[in-house]
Amino acid sequence: MSVVTYGYAVWSPIIWLVVLLVIAAIALYVRSRGQKRYKKGTAQTDVFISGIKVPPTEQRHVPAHNIYWGFFEALKGFYSAMMRPHTGILNDYMLWLVAVMAITVLVLIIVI
Amino acid sequence: MEFLTVHSPILIVAIPLLAAFIAPLISRIGNKFRDTVNVALLGFVTLLIAILAIDVYTNGTRIYTLGAAVPEMAIPENYMVPIRIMFQVDGISMFMGLTTTVVMLAALVYSLNFLKGQTGQDRFYSLLMLLYVGMIGLEFTGDMFNLFVFLEILSIAGAGLAAYRTNLADAVEGGFKYIVISAVSALLVLFAIGILYGQYNLLSIAALAQNMQFNTLDMIALAMLAIAFVMKLAGVPLHMWAPDTYAVAPAGITPMIYTSSAASMYALYRVTFTLYGGHFDTTAIGWIVIILGVLSMFIGVMMAIHQTDIKRLMAYHAISQSGYMLLGVGVGLAVLNDPAALANYGRDAMNGGIFHIINNALYKGMLFLTAEAIFFRIGTRDLNKMGGLGHNMKWTTIFFIIGALAISGIPPFNGFASKLLIYESVFRFNPLLSVIAMFVSLVTLASFTKVFYSAFTGPEMPAYKEVREVPRSMLIGMGIMVACIIFFSIFPGLVVDTIVAPATDALIDQAGYINGVMGAAP
Repeated sequence: MSVVTYGYAVWSPIIWLVVLLVIAAIALYVRSRGQKRYKKGTAQTDVFISGIKVPPTEQRHVPAHNIYWGFFEALKGFYSAMMRPHTGILNDYMLWLVAVMAITVLVLIIVI
Repeated sequence: MEFLTVHSPILIVAIPLLAAFIAPLISRIGNKFRDTVNVALLGFVTLLIAILAIDVYTNGTRIYTLGAAVPEMAIPENYMVPIRIMFQVDGISMFMGLTTTVVMLAALVYSLNFLKGQTGQDRFYSLLMLLYVGMIGLEFTGDMFNLFVFLEILSIAGAGLAAYRTNLADAVEGGFKYIVISAVSALLVLFAIGILYGQYNLLSIAALAQNMQFNTLDMIALAMLAIAFVMKLAGVPLHMWAPDTYAVAPAGITPMIYTSSAASMYALYRVTFTLYGGHFDTTAIGWIVIILGVLSMFIGVMMAIHQTDIKRLMAYHAISQSGYMLLGVGVGLAVLNDPAALANYGRDAMNGGIFHIINNALYKGMLFLTAEAIFFRIGTRDLNKMGGLGHNMKWTTIFFIIGALAISGIPPFNGFASKLLIYESVFRFNPLLSVIAMFVSLVTLASFTKVFYSAFTGPEMPAYKEVREVPRSMLIGMGIMVACIIFFSIFPGLVVDTIVAPATDALIDQAGYINGVMGAAP
């Protein structure tokens, strides 16, 4: 019931779950062997940034537009080309429809 | 029981239709009474769907002819062809019916609390039921004209629901865009039906498939039908309306509009496999579907990771995931006339594409609900303004993590099972396509990591200190989907063997579909 066979490959989530449980048990065991003198609510749990004054909560969280900044910077050309057709104007959407349909009709008539 | 089995196809359409029209009336008695009636009626429809599913998977295609003395009698006495309105429910129709009903159930339950205190609730439920009628009717119908009629019903209801929050300017714009693209698509479908009717004097899909000549006019009709449905399912490059509409539709509605796109995908498959399959060389149309699928996957995900509006981001992912379904089934279509390739990998690719439809309806629908749960509590969709919500919205966070892992194809979730089927089988057709599909999965994971980090992790923001978890009915709505995701994740073999493989076989077996109706022809 849980196994999918493809003829050339097999997928069984049950085996995966068993492996996951074994790894979780090992991780919990390692954790239980760790430091026990940790105290919640003391200076031990305060944020420490190499002695720099800790900024307020809102400024400590990296906003979404900064995440993967390098990725977007490297692909600036690609994204500027991608943004161009996304005008938000319905007339442009219809032009795309006409163009794609014309190409499809031509392909079907020529190839078949 | 026999009565329910025989009449279930029409009851499944008629009961929500009745519910749609009585909703404004019973709202006058009280909102609670209306909600109870709606949930009870949909519960009964779900039971009918289950009865019909057992019947279809046990006895094969069920035909229901309106106005016939015996509902199974598709062709009247002394006639050569079917002339009445008819439902023809085979494996793929049933698969889509099950998918639609599960999403509808979750959407209805989720909406109960979400709408509290808002005006126009009676119209909301009327339109929601009509949207369900349109989707189920489109999936069950056996003739082209009613396919158009149900497409119109779902489009009009969907546009009304997308623009439900009329106090938001972008909601009205989203609804307007949806109705325009839907109207243009529907007109293309009607024009194509006119071309076919003008030539063959037929509307029944089975009768048309039997008489198809594959001439130039038929090819023009095929292009019109295919592109109209690609536009409705938001395949790239005809996808641009989808983020504008999905982002503004209220909670519960976005998953339903998204599932209605899956219904359009079903219509595309029905046309290409059943109406035009058989003796026609489907390699060219198969490659067109594959190219549209690859474009949808790649451009969808690359646009998604760039977004900072949580619902627009998810809308682009919806487009990207549709690409997987097009790719899997497109490969099956391209090798439809090559029995060896079809048996070796084509059928598996189709199984993967079809399995991905229901998987995606579940986790994508659930992710849309989590996005709307956030909007419900903090009033913004901007990821830049979010942070630390995991401290106070623990259930929503857990549901989001499950959905994000599933959509990214992380084992052991159901998204992995369907994607693995696609990767392995498509690799044997063309390795490059498989590599692109895997890359898209990787970017999907990166994109959802960004959402998870931005919205749920980090220190508790002072502005959101008072934020609490969403009400119970919204959690139950998401919980229904999560329960299905977990079940599908643990038992993928059962799902593939029971509902996916029969759907694939129904698409491949064009002769079986035709004989179901025309076999009785004198």
